[in-house]
Amino acid sequence: MFLLLAVLSGYALALVAPWVARRQPRAAGWVLAVLPLTLFGYFLTFIPLVMGGQTVREAIPWVPSLGINLSFTVDGLSLLFALLIVGIGALVVIYAGGYLSGHQRFSRFFAYFFLFMASMLGVVLADNMIALFVFWEMTSVSSYLLIGFERERESARRAALQALLVTALGGLTLLAGLLLLGQMGGGLELSAMAGQAEAIRKHALYLPALLLILAGAFTKSAQFPFHFWLPNAMEAPTPVSAYLHSATMVKAGVYLMARLHPTLGGTEAWQGMLMAAGGATMLVGAYLALAQTDLKRVLAYSTVSSLGTLTFLLGIGSQAAILGAMAFLVAHALYKGALFLVTGAIDHETGTRDVRLLGGLRKAMPITTAAAALAACSMAGLPFFWGFIGKETFYGAVLGWDGLTPAVAAVLTGTVFVAVAGVVATLPFWGASKNTPKHPHEAPLSLWLGPLCLGAADLMFGLLLGTSVESFLTRAAEAISLPAAGSLDMELWHPPETALLLSGISWALGAAIVWKFPAVRGAFSRAAEAMRWGPSAAYEALLVGLNGFARLQTQILQSGSLRYYFLIIVGTIAALTGYALTVGGGFVPPVGRSTIQFHEGAVAVLILVSAIVAARATSRLAAITALGVVGYGVALIYILYGAPDLAMTQFMVETLTVILLLLVFYHLPQFSRLTTPAGRFRDLAASLAAGAIITALVLTASAQERFGPLTAYFAERSLSEGHGRNIVNVILVDFRGLDTMGEITVLGVAGVGIYALLKLRLPGGSGGGRNS
Amino acid sequence: MKSLILQTTTRLLITLLLLFSLFLLLRGHNAPGGGFVGGLVVGAAFILYVYAYDVAAARRALWFEPRTLIATGLTVAATSAVPAVLAGLPFMTGLWGTLGAEDGGIHVGTPMVFDVGVYLVVVGVTLSIVFSLAEE
Repeated sequence: MFLLLAVLSGYALALVAPWVARRQPRAAGWVLAVLPLTLFGYFLTFIPLVMGGQTVREAIPWVPSLGINLSFTVDGLSLLFALLIVGIGALVVIYAGGYLSGHQRFSRFFAYFFLFMASMLGVVLADNMIALFVFWEMTSVSSYLLIGFERERESARRAALQALLVTALGGLTLLAGLLLLGQMGGGLELSAMAGQAEAIRKHALYLPALLLILAGAFTKSAQFPFHFWLPNAMEAPTPVSAYLHSATMVKAGVYLMARLHPTLGGTEAWQGMLMAAGGATMLVGAYLALAQTDLKRVLAYSTVSSLGTLTFLLGIGSQAAILGAMAFLVAHALYKGALFLVTGAIDHETGTRDVRLLGGLRKAMPITTAAAALAACSMAGLPFFWGFIGKETFYGAVLGWDGLTPAVAAVLTGTVFVAVAGVVATLPFWGASKNTPKHPHEAPLSLWLGPLCLGAADLMFGLLLGTSVESFLTRAAEAISLPAAGSLDMELWHPPETALLLSGISWALGAAIVWKFPAVRGAFSRAAEAMRWGPSAAYEALLVGLNGFARLQTQILQSGSLRYYFLIIVGTIAALTGYALTVGGGFVPPVGRSTIQFHEGAVAVLILVSAIVAARATSRLAAITALGVVGYGVALIYILYGAPDLAMTQFMVETLTVILLLLVFYHLPQFSRLTTPAGRFRDLAASLAAGAIITALVLTASAQERFGPLTAYFAERSLSEGHGRNIVNVILVDFRGLDTMGEITVLGVAGVGIYALLKLRLPGGSGGGRNS
Repeated sequence: MKSLILQTTTRLLITLLLLFSLFLLLRGHNAPGGGFVGGLVVGAAFILYVYAYDVAAARRALWFEPRTLIATGLTVAATSAVPAVLAGLPFMTGLWGTLGAEDGGIHVGTPMVFDVGVYLVVVGVTLSIVFSLAEE
């Protein structure tokens, strides 16, 4: 129960956060950080259990008939992610309280933020695949809101839409993949899947399921060729970039791959795809990071590269690689979160993030400089920092692989990490002071607390807590790749000497790049021009194509002419019904001959005559009146055949229709013949065909006994179960109440739509109603 | 072209029409009637008001903005489905009880609340369209 509350508390806070932020704008960040801090404390209490090898599980039935439960699991892996999410979340909330203060949508930001945080917690704690999918999609939606937070900027809106389209597309394939997996595993609980791993890997559906799930994970975690949305998402306010696009959300895909590793991993397909995609992402991200001038984009591309590294390590799949992935994940979350926050502080205080315009800030912003230095040392993998361990295990894992290619790729990537760390932490702070748009001051407490805490954690983990963090990460790694007995035997403190040698190479090369950064950046950005033809261009082309297709089919189906709308609607009904009738056994003449009373015949003739009059009328008033007579005639038939409810409604609708037509009467153009004789003949043929097919359908339906039991069923249960004697009404509000719910929703939407059409005055248009 | 006769009659008639719509709404479960047709009658009553006076007067007489009624109606209808969930039954299961004495009391249940929602949506949609058109 407490786990569910822990997840849902974020949603509850999302509801009240705007109110708090409006009441106490100055203290909002500090006050609202209480919840993530509390959750951090709550999750810390799980550590002894998890260290003891236990797994905490809790399930609440949601849709039990479909096997969908709100079930949550805490094991090493999910606990690691949960701690990162709420811990960094608390720091980012405090940071955002200072960073966004005075923003016109300041209060709303926190609603979006906690919506995201709760969803992200849901993703990493959920044990049920459907629950995981729902939380997963909610992270996409809240991310969309956060990226597009500066909605006045077109670039922000475009980036938000791009991120949403790419990740939501992946979300859909993920759903399909999870359902296939559930099919193979015979259930929807993730914890039950690992036991079936043998059978699942041999199953015919294994490959399709794997492809679909990986498509979801790759889009979310910005793997090549879907990496392009992540740098564009830097349009978001910096606290969002730090939190979503570095420390947490983009790692959801990595989390999913790690979670499914025991079930789907270990095959050649898994290994090949993860190593290929991860390796490509790692290198492309590293390469593009050096071509940027905007500090945030430098960090964004290095994040892409780090995500590739994680995928690559999971692909290798050896125990050393899995443990290395966990160590690197923690290191990356800490130092990259810190560096993003530092960038935001620089932006906030100087008014620019362009690396060419910044320099000599260390005197004005000493604390920020220190925080940046701590984080950068970790990112560069210097000894005594946690980042050192993250990188050494990464190098160690690739050295364990046969062949040199992974090692070369790893060193290249590591070199770029060193370079990026140097660029972000030295260029803005050292060297000569430059003129910035704003005169720089030290950032307020809220803006340096977060980066300093994260940077200090890097050092503390590396120096003091190394062994305890290591044994905790071992539990996390065990959840991914379970050794048969005992714990993983990894020594983080004595990496292979070759790895240390590789580190030395990357430090030297990285330092050289920082030294000559303007020249390197120039060369790289010229070469990066080639990426214009990359996946991003494919995305744009796809959108253009989609819009073109939509426009084309709209021009055909929605020409703006009411006549064609009717023709298409009536024609479609006739064609589909006719097809169903033919396939379903053809026309069956009614059995027996029912006698037609004189008055029934008279009403029928009345309807026919008025229909012809309406079609041949030469004035609009005559046509409206004749149509009204047709409607009233139909209502009379309802009465004669014992359907007073229908008749009453029909009378009302007919009356209101005539009144509505009279209201717009004076706005309508001159009544005239707009159609050619051929067109009229076509309309006549369509109407006659539709009429004939519906008549045949009704006669066939009444010739069959199929509807007997249904009537009896409702007649019998209407009073006993529906507590009413009026069968029609009981069906509407009770037996088929959900249908009615849908119908009144449609009705409401239509009402609002008509209101909008009538009130909307498009420039150049002649006003609502005039042309309809 | 305001007609005094029409205006006076309308003021008398609208009360009757509104009462009649409530009658239709409430009897719907056991005899012909219900929320849909009841809502249409309200629509007709206010259209009569529009013809006798004008749209502004009809809007004032309605008290509520028609679009608010649409939203309220949908909310009421959706809410009527919730008590069943709280009682541990599937969503939208009808719950029934008796107001007053056990044998002579009034039978009430959540589907009637649902019907009230339908009634409000129909009133809202009809009048939202009619008022907008009449303001043209």
